Amino acid sequence: MTDIFYPFQWIADKLTYDVIGINPETHLAASVNFIIYDVLKIFFLLSVMIFAISYIRTYITPEKTRKVLGGKKGLRYHLMASLIGTVSPFCSCSSVPLFIGFVEAGVPLGVTFSFLITSPLVNEAAVAVLWATLGFKATAIYVVSGIVLGVFGGYLIGVLKLEKYVEEFVYKIKVGNAAVEPENLSVKERTGTAFEGVKEIVGKIWIYVVIGVSIGGIFHGYAPEGILAKYAGEGNLLAVPIAVILGVPLYSNVMGMIPIVESLIGKGLPIGTSLAFLMSVTAVSFPEMIILKKVLKNELIAVFVSIVALSIIFTGYLFNILL
Amino acid sequence: MKIEILGTGCPKCKKTKETVEKVLKETGVEAEVVKVEDFETILNYGVMVTPALVIDGDVKLAGKVPGPEEIRNWITG
Repeated sequence: MTDIFYPFQWIADKLTYDVIGINPETHLAASVNFIIYDVLKIFFLLSVMIFAISYIRTYITPEKTRKVLGGKKGLRYHLMASLIGTVSPFCSCSSVPLFIGFVEAGVPLGVTFSFLITSPLVNEAAVAVLWATLGFKATAIYVVSGIVLGVFGGYLIGVLKLEKYVEEFVYKIKVGNAAVEPENLSVKERTGTAFEGVKEIVGKIWIYVVIGVSIGGIFHGYAPEGILAKYAGEGNLLAVPIAVILGVPLYSNVMGMIPIVESLIGKGLPIGTSLAFLMSVTAVSFPEMIILKKVLKNELIAVFVSIVALSIIFTGYLFNILL
Repeated sequence: MKIEILGTGCPKCKKTKETVEKVLKETGVEAEVVKVEDFETILNYGVMVTPALVIDGDVKLAGKVPGPEEIRNWITG
């Protein structure tokens, strides 16, 4: 996959060595080159990815989703919910209305959770930044794990019959039909929406990306080779759970975390540990828990967080062994 | 005219309110702007993704921040 990004490397080399004129042998050159190359590649992939997904998204509305999933049980529907989650926008402030909307349409609790787990975990911006930094293979692993995690976690929550731990008022709310979804949008309208999506998301996260890439770049240029392999390598079994616990409070900065993690991998942090860390950053977050607390009782939140955290730890170990 | 902004206090909802107020000022249209944060009311409107904009009981938009142009069309049209 390196070839299609060759032009970015060429530009980064030109800028670093010729335009800015830094000696290629120095730490500074390694850092600057890393930063320029990563920024170019990340913003390129971000724009392409967000555009594509925002376009697809104009076909998928919450109204349709809950109709499709209403009253359906079985692994198939967990998978479907999880897949819809990958292309659905997820703002933690919408998680409660979405949750109630799903429950009201008769979507089983477990299927709803398959959606709720995968939706923040696999989102187009994280996927683009991952692809730009860790490559296609690690990104594919991340996406597949995110979907499996949603299917499995949601299925387990369904099997455990936790419906009684949803606040009673949720079952009493009636969802109105006033929000008529615009049907039959033209290609031009969909393209417009997709462009707006790119503008909005890039506008929101670019600063985190630049900060993350800069920290990663400094680390890449100056930290000794293999330093992390020594302390957080596969020999240290505690590394995965520690990485997952560290990831929980870092929610809003995931776009910035990815380039930092890229540089950590370069210094010997195992890929499974790295992916586990990034998953816990995106999947379990305090702000989201506080919001979900309005509709879920503590028992259900605890089950949800434990299932997700344990599955991520398991995924981390698995990929440390496999890769 | 009654303009309701549905949302539970996320940055996008604040942005929506600011944009609405700006357009009202520019156009000189008189309207009562209310922020609705209660889930039941939001869902009664059939809205599952916030922010959403409701004008005189009509859901105009859900899931994104409306542009000033759009708002202008809704309140003057």
